[in-house]
Amino acid sequence: MKTLTEEKLNVVNTSVEKVDGKALVRGKPVFTDDFDIPNTLTVKILRSPYAHAIIKSIDTSEAMIEGVACILTYKDVPHVIYTRAGQGYPEPSPYDTFVLDKKVRYVGDGVAIIAAETENIAERSMKLIKVEYEVLPPILDYEHAMDKDAPIIHDESEISGAYDPKRNIAAHYEMEIGNVEEELKKCDYVVDETYYTPNQSHAMMEPHGAISYFDPNGRLTIITSTQVPFHARRIIKRIFGVNSRVIKPRIGGGFGGKQALHVEPYVVAVTLKTGRPAKCIYSREETMTASNTRHAMRFRARAGAMKDGTLRALELWGLSNTGAYGEHALTVFMVGGSKTLPLYNKVKAVKFGGDVVYSNTEPAGAFRGYGAPQGMFPLDSVLDELAHKIGMDPIEFKLKNSIREGETSPIFKIMGEGREGVDQIINSCKIEECAVNGSKEFRWYEKKKQPRIDRQRQIAHGYGVAFAMQGSSIPAVDMGSATIKMNDDGTFNLLVGATDLGTGSDTILAQIVAEVLNTTVEKIIVYSSDTDMTPFDKGAYASSTTYVSGNAAKKAAEKMKREILNAASEIMNKPIHTLELDKDGVISEDGSTLSFSDLQTKLFYTFNQRQLEVTESFVSEVAPPPYLVSFAEVEIELNSGKVKVIDFLNYIDCGVPINPVLARGQVEGASAQGIGMALFEDHVMDKSGRIITNDFFTYKIPARGDIGRIQVRFVKSYEPTGPFGAKSVSEIGLDTPGPAIANAIFDAIGIRVRRLPIRSEDLFFEIRKKGL
Amino acid sequence: MKVKIKINDKDQFIEIDPGETLLETLRKLGYKGVKHACSTASCGACSVQLDGKPVLSCTTFTAAVDGHEVKTIEGFSDENSLSDVQKALIDEGGSQCGFCIPGLVVTAEALLSENPDPTQQEVIDYLKGNLCRCTGYESQTRAILKAAKERRLK
Repeated sequence: MKTLTEEKLNVVNTSVEKVDGKALVRGKPVFTDDFDIPNTLTVKILRSPYAHAIIKSIDTSEAMIEGVACILTYKDVPHVIYTRAGQGYPEPSPYDTFVLDKKVRYVGDGVAIIAAETENIAERSMKLIKVEYEVLPPILDYEHAMDKDAPIIHDESEISGAYDPKRNIAAHYEMEIGNVEEELKKCDYVVDETYYTPNQSHAMMEPHGAISYFDPNGRLTIITSTQVPFHARRIIKRIFGVNSRVIKPRIGGGFGGKQALHVEPYVVAVTLKTGRPAKCIYSREETMTASNTRHAMRFRARAGAMKDGTLRALELWGLSNTGAYGEHALTVFMVGGSKTLPLYNKVKAVKFGGDVVYSNTEPAGAFRGYGAPQGMFPLDSVLDELAHKIGMDPIEFKLKNSIREGETSPIFKIMGEGREGVDQIINSCKIEECAVNGSKEFRWYEKKKQPRIDRQRQIAHGYGVAFAMQGSSIPAVDMGSATIKMNDDGTFNLLVGATDLGTGSDTILAQIVAEVLNTTVEKIIVYSSDTDMTPFDKGAYASSTTYVSGNAAKKAAEKMKREILNAASEIMNKPIHTLELDKDGVISEDGSTLSFSDLQTKLFYTFNQRQLEVTESFVSEVAPPPYLVSFAEVEIELNSGKVKVIDFLNYIDCGVPINPVLARGQVEGASAQGIGMALFEDHVMDKSGRIITNDFFTYKIPARGDIGRIQVRFVKSYEPTGPFGAKSVSEIGLDTPGPAIANAIFDAIGIRVRRLPIRSEDLFFEIRKKGL
Repeated sequence: MKVKIKINDKDQFIEIDPGETLLETLRKLGYKGVKHACSTASCGACSVQLDGKPVLSCTTFTAAVDGHEVKTIEGFSDENSLSDVQKALIDEGGSQCGFCIPGLVVTAEALLSENPDPTQQEVIDYLKGNLCRCTGYESQTRAILKAAKERRLK
């Protein structure tokens, strides 16, 4: 698979095999739970059955049965407040979490840590712990979190960084450019509606898990399924005051769910207490109910336009549920505006803001798209509604008002993540090509002429389109770095802090280095995400690895190239300007050559002896957005309200895809998760606040066969600030399925759905009401 | 209790607890390719072949497979080779995080031994129980159809 690019490239923009591909398809023991360390204790967590309660007493005496090494309660762990969020430091998330606390704030909150010789003993012991609770009234509906008589969830004196915890407000944000109220008055058409997006579960196949142990020299070592090893190390130091080494092995999916500390503090507490290795692997139920979800959000969206389709004003005013704890509260909410609204930069006024509230539900956190899917559902939907009101084709309406190359939006500067953003001019934006080429392939205009309802078969077909943007990294905040070491066998070690969680980042970073060094990916031996061995990287989030870590890898490779040419110039006794890299070596103008292997061997043993090794770091000044236009065809059974996505066509501008097959996989996978969020993934809570959709039977992620066709097309694009023209690709695909499907349903049967997931029973009642 | 199970063509005599699941036994023996993801027979990650048929090892008692033959992902390739299904999964990008892949491979192999020429719909139907959260399934379907075609041409 090849896509077009201006540069003449050997390795980049080709679909080389994933560097960990063989190990993964062979089922090699590469995941956290696959590591067996002798003498390891099994760790289990006793969890609260109440949504909001104070622990009056815990009696563990009967639970200390034979084979139990320790039981730790809030009295036994450091009373240090922190945030689980794995973000740049200082984190823009409130410090509102303890390893264990006297108060529990959702069903599933930790109460005690049990460490035993076997899982069986740990489970038996857990049942013997006696806890007396003072049960408090909970807030289970986040829309009532700010009610006058609402209980206060975070009344601890140590809390810091939350906006107004006494009113259960974890974060608040607002901004306005121009005057939306005044501009809306001048509009010929205005739409003002409210939209909801749900608390989707990440449902990565590998549950959360971690192991901790002292290495032979007494260094605390943590093997953990994390997206943020360096942040994990920093937070563990904050909580326990100990230095540690964090190793990320292969990760069985994360999607943002592992951009927070979940299991690490529990195993570390046990290892510090007992001196023994400790392993804790969450059950599926714990992964579903006691980790993180997407922030459920409500947005009131207002949009106004003139008769000719000129969009004049936009507003998104929201309420976000961060659940029991505030990890990523402010930043996810802000991305709901900062990575959606700049797409429509031609408006005269734009406003964004609202509150992020605590409630006694599973904490929300980072989830692929990081607020953009929650913002894009209302934004794209309201524009679709407005287009219909004007009587304009939604593609034409959105294209007329969307951003183009060479343009900017004041929002880039005003809104960053948790703080001000950065100014940027858009260097690459092929959204018009995406829309035009996509509508041709999808046969948008032909399909729009076809009848939608087939009375005979009682089915309807509808066609929807959605536009999206994202970012590439958190500019001026997040840093990535890379070390390259040359070996005497002609290979290079690439050491990166970057965190491959299945995305293929180890592979694309190796491709970037191989391209610069004129070698092949087989010669680049990648080691990633070991805080003692690899240089720092912020971790895998914010669509930043290709862009930030990729630029760091490219810088390091360019420096290595200079070092190689310098050394070759000395060894070959030729002026440096006469030398160039050739396949796996150096060639001079006169045709004489020196292989990489010979060069480093000479430097090791016989000539001006030294190890060639370089480290470079990269922080971006800008965050060039990728762009996406997605087309959905849905089929609706009028007798049941069941919706099936028949065809989902993506046209994406992600700059030059470093590895087209892997890039395609990112978009296909994100589309599927977005379709899940739009149609299937629905959490149900009982009256006590317990999530009863706690496994794959009750919480339905899309299975094979639930989705028709997902297709991905890359448009030719080149981002000058990206490594070899690349931008991000991993998150944006989740932004479009929600609105595209809702728009398609409206197109099919004239029913506008403003709440995700779209339940067939709800739609069925609407179909009945409409008499279809 | 003691059971005899042939695992990947090797007879093994194993001491087990009566309530032990095949998933626990296999992982304890070092077959770490058998993945534990749900415990409720709803994701397919723990799939192994029992006498050539795919089963979910998380809900199969080890005691019940006494005298039978089990094949895990480790039995489908060695250090020097990959099966055509594994190769196709890599080529098509069908393995992202890789956690669902062992279960997928053993189930796909069972499909191809039953039906060497499956249609796209037959691939989807047979593998419905194997969830994947990374790929959206498209690349995996492409890979299995490609491997099936190559196998038929051999």
